[in-house]
Amino acid sequence: MKKTLAKKELVQRLGFGFLSLCIMITVFFLGLLIYFIAVRGIKVISWEFLTQAPRRFMTQGGVAPAIVGTFYLTLGAISLALPLGLACAIYLCEYSPKSSIVNIIRISINNLAGIPSVVFGLFGFAVFVKFFGFGVSILSGALTLGIMVLPGIISASQEAFLAVPQSFREASFALGATQWQTIKNIVIPSALPGILTGVILSIGRVAGETAPILFTAATFYIRGYPDSIFSEVMALPYHIYALMTEGTHPQEQTQIAYGCALILLVLVLLVSGIAIFIRQRKRSGYGH
Amino acid sequence: MDINQIKIKVEGVNFYYGSKQALRDIALDIYKNKVTAIIGPSGCGKSTFIRLFNRMNDLIPGARFEGKILIDGNNIYDPKLDVVDLRRSVGMVFQKPNPFPKSIYENVAYGLSINGIRDKGYIADKVDKSLKDAALYSEVKNRLSDNALALSGGQQQRLCIARALAVEPEVLLMDEPASALDPTATLKIEELIHELKKKYTIIIVTHNMQQAARISDYTAFFMMGELIEYDITSKIFTKPSKKITEDYITGRFG
Repeated sequence: MKKTLAKKELVQRLGFGFLSLCIMITVFFLGLLIYFIAVRGIKVISWEFLTQAPRRFMTQGGVAPAIVGTFYLTLGAISLALPLGLACAIYLCEYSPKSSIVNIIRISINNLAGIPSVVFGLFGFAVFVKFFGFGVSILSGALTLGIMVLPGIISASQEAFLAVPQSFREASFALGATQWQTIKNIVIPSALPGILTGVILSIGRVAGETAPILFTAATFYIRGYPDSIFSEVMALPYHIYALMTEGTHPQEQTQIAYGCALILLVLVLLVSGIAIFIRQRKRSGYGH
Repeated sequence: MDINQIKIKVEGVNFYYGSKQALRDIALDIYKNKVTAIIGPSGCGKSTFIRLFNRMNDLIPGARFEGKILIDGNNIYDPKLDVVDLRRSVGMVFQKPNPFPKSIYENVAYGLSINGIRDKGYIADKVDKSLKDAALYSEVKNRLSDNALALSGGQQQRLCIARALAVEPEVLLMDEPASALDPTATLKIEELIHELKKKYTIIIVTHNMQQAARISDYTAFFMMGELIEYDITSKIFTKPSKKITEDYITGRFG
């Protein structure tokens, strides 16, 4: 009896030990990533680096046009994907009849999320750049990125809607609310934290993906800033890629690439931080 | 007893979940300004039954209704009837308190705003009055803008009652409203029901026999989807006419 108890205790300790080891390994690599990017990136970061355009074959000046470009692309992609994705999720969760066709649609959307981003890039090139004739532009890039994150936003929103207790809907119906009133006043507000989580993840993905904008929006260098949605843009992830693969001054370019990586990292963390802050407030406070 | 006015008439009701029959040939009359308790063992169809009165079962896919339910002489299963209107006049309080994750004030005001009332002064008065009627006002009057989820379970349930009362229903359905509450909170709800029957016709499902005896005027005993016995509460609990009713209320099964 005593022996088996000691054995159980040992097994438990081994189990917990293994779990904490896994956590430590994960945190170690995460820390390492932030450390390396930060230490190498911080060297080139300056006010000039953030606010100036590149000079002298990318070896001097700043990366401001790339920051601005990434901002435009992200904003464009999310403003397309969020309303569209939200509408799809509402339809699939709240309105659609439980039929096999709807199930097929649901499965297709989930599968869409697994398509490699470079495939979206080629698709965007064929459809938006060539077929619709938008050219290599912010518009083509934002549309491509938006379609890429659409399945993610739909899945996250769907999960958020499914997590809204049925009792909220019943309470609303029992007071004489229509289905639309219930969705608008009860379901969407209750699902908002979950939807925001989907948006956070999407922003991170949109801002960081290179492949979808490779043939649809990005350029290594433009003079000045884009002046319309039909302009080509510089973008941080593509800029990193280009700095590391093209050009004639690899030494300086590598340093700048680390600088860009740090900015990208900070930007994404910042956006996530803001969204998490809003989500927490929504969750705990409900206003006032 | 003859002066009792019939508020609801249930005639020949059968109800099915897919191929499974949940209610068999139910007929009974529910009297105005009385409390009618529905009792019976788990799975007897009592919750299904009470949810017929505001057509809450419409939401369940594959469910099928046969028969007639007349409220003030109007068949609520008439295809031309607007379910939204029906639900406004037949309020419901659920088994588990389910306030919306909004402020106390917004919870009570919700039913008014969705029914198109925009007059802020009227809504404010109505919220106060409903909270008073639900015996909650004195506990929350200084924190109407707090989140309703911060209230205790008993307070949440009274808030749900206030929310239902705000739209001025005629009938109030209560599906085991005290089953998730502690004895003190239960007592408060029971006292409240006693007050509310002056204005409303109340149908309450309960699995608690003493509760049914304490608060109701009429009691219907259901078993396996059938109405076994329906009578004045005092009669059901002192000399029921059927053996099986007696066995149930004396705790021999269930």
